[in-house]
Amino acid sequence: MVSNTEHFNVVVVGAGPAGMTAAIYAARSGMKTVILEAGSVGGQVAESPEIENYLGFESVNGMDLASTFRKHTERYVEIKEGEEIEQIIPEREIIRLKTGWSEYTADAAIIATGAHHRKLGCNGEEEFSGRGISYCATCDGFFFKGKKVVMIGGGNTAVGDALYLKNVGVDVTIIHRRDVFRAEAAHVKRLEESGIPKIMNSEVREIYGEKVVKGVKVLNKATGDVSDVPVDGVFIAVGVVPNTDFLKESGIKLDDIGYIVTDREQRTSLPRIYAAGDVTGGLQQIIVGCGEGAVAATTAYEDISNPYWKK
Amino acid sequence: MSLFGKKHDDKHEAHKRHTDIPEGEFPDEPLIVDSSDIDAVLKRFPNVVVDCWAPWCRPCLALAPVIDEMAVEFQGKVVFAKINTDKNQSFARKHQIMNIPTLLIFKNGEVVERIIGARPRRTLENMIKESLKV
Repeated sequence: MVSNTEHFNVVVVGAGPAGMTAAIYAARSGMKTVILEAGSVGGQVAESPEIENYLGFESVNGMDLASTFRKHTERYVEIKEGEEIEQIIPEREIIRLKTGWSEYTADAAIIATGAHHRKLGCNGEEEFSGRGISYCATCDGFFFKGKKVVMIGGGNTAVGDALYLKNVGVDVTIIHRRDVFRAEAAHVKRLEESGIPKIMNSEVREIYGEKVVKGVKVLNKATGDVSDVPVDGVFIAVGVVPNTDFLKESGIKLDDIGYIVTDREQRTSLPRIYAAGDVTGGLQQIIVGCGEGAVAATTAYEDISNPYWKK
Repeated sequence: MSLFGKKHDDKHEAHKRHTDIPEGEFPDEPLIVDSSDIDAVLKRFPNVVVDCWAPWCRPCLALAPVIDEMAVEFQGKVVFAKINTDKNQSFARKHQIMNIPTLLIFKNGEVVERIIGARPRRTLENMIKESLKV
């Protein structure tokens, strides 16, 4: 099924903010560059209801921002969609990248595959998947209009999504396992003003139902009491895990959680391979991903011109 | 509407209806269906994959070109259809669609598999082949 191998100076894996910025910088340095994207262009940005901390955009919905990014990027490089990397093989002079359909070689690869939602890990989460459980409020909120749901989590995504759900007419309650939110103060303030009910210091122990979700069992960590909250839907935003499974055999150094370890110049443990954005952990914000993408591409350019691995 | 959305919306709407396909022939692209003709499509073709989507759902838009490609690949064996859940809420309710994208796989008019969320093309192909024995 593998067609002809195409060679690039730089192959960027992932079309989120980090990958798209890296590709623009690489292309503008004069390097022949392509982006391979397994899923959707824009990554997690495109699923965010509202973004208010990316410089130059006071308030923008994620899908629009992702479109803007895409339009800008496509002035310089092609984004090949539906290209999921199955294997990345570092060879002596090149990096070989295999997808389900094709094969690419590159002088350098920039990994910007981002992260995906973490599962909660409670009873019933698997059983009711697709039957009232969602990890994407902007995708699925509409189906719960006029219905009662809980939003589980306490970070920016959970708080932002809860506000979004309330705005589209969903009766939402937020459940957080700590007594304070991890989300930034501006978000928390808006949550307070919204009147969205909060269940703090509490963990969802079980999602139950009958064919579809009927409710959650919630443990109050302060009192030890378990209460029953009847709901039609459960939205989960309890952090992310890096998309690095495809790298396991490459020998690249990952940390304990699975994030790619890089130096300040975004070099990984393997020559010719760089990483940027959420896949490297740290402060997972759009502007940080963009910054790291710019650094990764610039380092790749310098290394290809003057390889440290040949010194 | 975003630049993406517009482009993909147009594409979604650009497909044929089942009445455009002559008797005895199979479409080489996804059919547009709605609550009024989905039953006719399920009656006419034994193997149907229905893509439940909505314009605001980014993963749905990402899945759209994959569905288009599979419609060509499986032509004659499996018919692909796209239904806008925003405009066809009764269909969404009937099939208890709570997440999109959802692919409903029908064999002789009955749902034999539901695939929730966008997946890589290879995974989708395998699940379709497995559930429809094609």
